[in-house]
Amino acid sequence: MSDLLMNVVDWSRAQFALTACYHWLFVPLTLGLGIIIGVMETIYYRTRDEKWLATTKFWMTLFGVNFAIGVATGIILEFEFGTNWSNYSWFVGDIFGAPLAIEGILAFFMESTFIAVMFFGWKKVSPKFHLSATWLTALGASISALWILVANAWMQYPVGCTFNPETMRNEMTDFWAVALSPMAMNKVFHTVTSAWALSGAFVIGVCGWMMLKGRNRDHCIRSLKVGGWVGLIGIILTSISGDTSAVTVAKHQPMKLAAMEGLYEGQQGQSIVAFGILNPSKEVGNGEKPFLFDISIPHGLAFLATHDMNAFVPGIEDIILGKTRDTTRFMSKPMSFEQRREHGKAAQHALANYNDALKSKDSIASQQYLKDIKDNFQYLGYTYLEEPKDSVPNVPLTFYSFHFMVTIGGYLVLFYIVVLLLLYKPKWVPGRNKFQKLGYWIAIITIPIAYLCSMSGWIVAEVGRQPWTIQDLMPNTVAISDLSAGYVQTTFWIFAVLFTALLIADVSIICKQISKKSKTNLDVVETKK
Amino acid sequence: MTHEFLQNYWWLIMSVLGALLVFLLFVQGGQSMLITTKSEKRPLLINSLGRKWELTYTTLVTFGGAFFASFPLFYSTSFGGAYWLWIFILFSFVIQAIAYEYRTKHGNVYGTRFYDTLLLINGVVGPVLLGVAVAGMFFGAEFTVAKGKILDASIISQWGPQHGLEAIVSWKNLLFGFMVFFLARTLASLYFINNIDDEEVQKDQHKQLLINASIFVVLFLATVAVILTSRGVEINAKGSAAWKNYKYLHNYLHMWWALVILLIGVALVLYGIIKSLLNKTFRKGIWAAGIGTVLVVMTLFWVLGYNHTAYYPSLLDVQSSLTLANSSSSEFTLRTMSYVSLLVPFVVAYIAWVWRKMDSTKLTEEEIKQAGDDEIY
Repeated sequence: MSDLLMNVVDWSRAQFALTACYHWLFVPLTLGLGIIIGVMETIYYRTRDEKWLATTKFWMTLFGVNFAIGVATGIILEFEFGTNWSNYSWFVGDIFGAPLAIEGILAFFMESTFIAVMFFGWKKVSPKFHLSATWLTALGASISALWILVANAWMQYPVGCTFNPETMRNEMTDFWAVALSPMAMNKVFHTVTSAWALSGAFVIGVCGWMMLKGRNRDHCIRSLKVGGWVGLIGIILTSISGDTSAVTVAKHQPMKLAAMEGLYEGQQGQSIVAFGILNPSKEVGNGEKPFLFDISIPHGLAFLATHDMNAFVPGIEDIILGKTRDTTRFMSKPMSFEQRREHGKAAQHALANYNDALKSKDSIASQQYLKDIKDNFQYLGYTYLEEPKDSVPNVPLTFYSFHFMVTIGGYLVLFYIVVLLLLYKPKWVPGRNKFQKLGYWIAIITIPIAYLCSMSGWIVAEVGRQPWTIQDLMPNTVAISDLSAGYVQTTFWIFAVLFTALLIADVSIICKQISKKSKTNLDVVETKK
Repeated sequence: MTHEFLQNYWWLIMSVLGALLVFLLFVQGGQSMLITTKSEKRPLLINSLGRKWELTYTTLVTFGGAFFASFPLFYSTSFGGAYWLWIFILFSFVIQAIAYEYRTKHGNVYGTRFYDTLLLINGVVGPVLLGVAVAGMFFGAEFTVAKGKILDASIISQWGPQHGLEAIVSWKNLLFGFMVFFLARTLASLYFINNIDDEEVQKDQHKQLLINASIFVVLFLATVAVILTSRGVEINAKGSAAWKNYKYLHNYLHMWWALVILLIGVALVLYGIIKSLLNKTFRKGIWAAGIGTVLVVMTLFWVLGYNHTAYYPSLLDVQSSLTLANSSSSEFTLRTMSYVSLLVPFVVAYIAWVWRKMDSTKLTEEEIKQAGDDEIY
């Protein structure tokens, strides 16, 4: 691969990462705040207590600002598959396009239709209709997340498809295998519920600021109860789905799991690193220790990855060399990097000759080539890699992101429990002594921490699966479009400037709205005379 | 259901989505008028459009997703090839999405005028370049396709060095693009007439309608003339492609029912325009012209893709031209997606129902004055 081509790949990856990161800054709040607003409006609908209506409208304002920029950043992502990854779009468009189309038909129209009712329909439709519209908007956002995550999960665990050598692409054979794969289900639950957790932190942080300023105590208590419970339920479900995600990753993406743990040589009953500092000079096969310092929990990784304390978990070098000490669980047919590459080359060779055999009507040869393709295709992607280290993701980024995510996840569980405990002792909450002020500050600081935690999860998921666009089938270098590096570099900077400018406006508006509205009485609904 | 049937069915779905998208571009057309609207009446227009912009946006996204699912080779070839064209289109829609929500919000950093400029950019660039993109499907583009290249890590769809810039400066494409732009402005006037209860706005929009509709009709006739006299790519029984003069005219004549629907569509558009101009109390012109637009655009898609026609001709290698057969998804995927498409009427029904419910009372200055800060743009 020429240097120029590598630059195109790098810039295309950078552009996709940029747009995905910006998009994900806004999506989780839409997903979680939609639920929180739905709960608040439901309470209003049932009690007809105007205070709940005022509280609902307060959060709805912030939802609207956040929703708009989420929509803006989302359109780029969908079309970037075509603009920057055109080989990919053909190679798997038969499978990958379907969830995107379903997302559009089922989710986007639901969101865009009912959000108009949500914001402009208060005086035009009945309260019941309005409540339905609010829930349908939240549901639409979640359905949208479901289908895009199904698509993402398929790239990490390509199932329900077969390769067609005549069209030179993968074709879907089982829709439900794609939609309901364990990777997809884990990803959907883990991501959506983590969005609830993040939104809970957002609500609590904003209320923390208002209480620090001594404003709208009752509104804050109402918001904290809903936000706290949604956050707690969210983080508990995130933890549970995180556990099942680890098992799925261990089964289907062992290299990613090894990178998450900085594990180079696995052991029976593998320990888990609770805290560690990676050795920067450690490389595959150089014999150096992977950690400068680490605190490990014996049998931890074996248990978390397999639910068996004594299981063997392969490390990066085990996977490259095809070594295992446990043939019953992982890598029951261990295969080294070189062996995978040989199989990939066999598939490539058979593919190159299959169509010629068809043209010359040599049915015996074409059948043989077809068999070779079928037997070896699952390793096709290794053909495009040159060295074993090319199959290893960025270990430091994956390792630190994973450990940060898990640590903050644990912190959030405690955070929500403490918030809810305090809430049911109301006299503890609204005061302004130094301990209470400290608590408010912790709540405020938890907002960016929760965002970083959420972003870390995506870094683990996406960096950890490198170099693959589609696991084992297509590396990034093969997935790209026929573009020059300069073109993609230019659009990268255009989007970087644009999205940063929009982010500044978004944060500014949200802060101003919170500040302005917190000065009004949020126990009554504001009406213009 | 055979694979061929499913390919044709999905092209029909694409034609419906494409046609709805063109109709909904009235939002962009309206945005392009804001700059010439009196500042005291601008909030009325913006709030009228602001309650519909997401439908246009969503239809565009769904159109893209459905194209990806049903004809992935087009997605791969056009988006990756005509890079600058699509990037400009996307850019214009990104800035639209936030402009409505942010323009009057406190703390929006850049001021209302900045966001109104973004709406203007989207209002002009969106329709013109979407028109240019569709025109490329009639008049061809500079690409080649070789699926086998993926084996040696090469790109299967190669494009000329301009990567879409050449499409933007082609006069035929621009003619099509500006025709779409003035159609969007015409439909916007009809929409405002229908949606806003304000004497001054009504008067102004009738004037706008006369100007924009006149330009649109001229451009439409010119575009139709160019299309009908253009060559297209025909696929023979052996699957080989060749250029054929007057291909689209032949298609209309061969598929006479498409011609009939085209004429009905044109008649409805003209009826909506002319009756609105002659009868100042007639406010339903948007529906006649809207339905007419949908019918006309659908037939354009049909003559593009049906009757053994390549819907995306390659100017560099005619055999690389994209057809329904060589660019579609597999039979399994199309069939699966067809089940999902059965939900489309349901989706259209609830959109229509909600639209009707929300628009049952027309927008007035009074409503805007009484609305809370979060209920207006």
